[in-house]
Amino acid sequence: MSPHIAVVLFPGSNCELDVVRSIEHLGGTAEIVFHSETNLRGADAVVIPGGFAHGDYLRTGAIARFSPIMEAVAAHARAGGPVVGICNGFQILTEAGLLPGALQKNAGLRFLCDVVDVRVVSTRSALTCSAERDAVLRIPINHFEGNYTCDAATLERLRAEDRVVMRYVDNPNGSLDDIAAICNESGNVVGLMPHPERASEAILGSDDGVVLLRSLLDAATQGVRLPG
Amino acid sequence: MKFEARVEVSHLPGVLDPQGATVERALPALGYRNVSAIRIGKSIRLVVDAPDEAAARTQVEEMCERLLANPVIEAYAIEITELVENGR
Repeated sequence: MSPHIAVVLFPGSNCELDVVRSIEHLGGTAEIVFHSETNLRGADAVVIPGGFAHGDYLRTGAIARFSPIMEAVAAHARAGGPVVGICNGFQILTEAGLLPGALQKNAGLRFLCDVVDVRVVSTRSALTCSAERDAVLRIPINHFEGNYTCDAATLERLRAEDRVVMRYVDNPNGSLDDIAAICNESGNVVGLMPHPERASEAILGSDDGVVLLRSLLDAATQGVRLPG
Repeated sequence: MKFEARVEVSHLPGVLDPQGATVERALPALGYRNVSAIRIGKSIRLVVDAPDEAAARTQVEEMCERLLANPVIEAYAIEITELVENGR
């Protein structure tokens, strides 16, 4: 059975079709689940795609967090199921408390639309379980609030528990400790600012995102390797 | 009783404020060269029906923690005043 991925659509999401296509391109199946729904229809993994959910009103991710589907997403995460938030999806996962910290405005105070190098730091996550540690991937970014921040104790924990998943090679947005992606304690919930779905076929300029999406499909099929 | 709550949400020190930074660059262009430390936040007003001021404040604090502010990057201040309806 090919893994089935639920892609959550909020009013204002805009990367959901890219995610669906890239997953289908890799042999998975994907379906869009609207934010007002209450179950994930048996999906093996969830992707919260990028965009501007609920217009980013109040704060990025602040309103999306209360959408009915988020209870199902949290339950899926608690049960160990893979959940990946890309860009705005990362912001939503922090607002929902499924990942620690917050994404503040970029240090340069500019919206960034670029292609950057990110280094895989940990392979103990649903997004990197089939990648190689220290691999450098060329992946697009597209955000204003991508500057990860958290308190010193949280950063200490993220480092000690191998939860910094990817770091920017050349930090574009001022993110704390060059963080581009983090995960929860058990590695099944991951948030990242870069867009792997936009680097999923050579014709897009890079297919370096494939190893990340492949990891997600592998995690969806086999479950995430736990620390140990 | 009805109370008007004014909630001021501001960035915690150290959190970047592009709007404040832009305005701080614009004011000297108008000749105001003695201005610094501009921070732009949000002002939220709402009316709550509660038995007393303390109850109203407790509820608005809870709203701030749960939705109106993100404690990781934002601070908030609450001001509560009793609403006196017209003609009474």
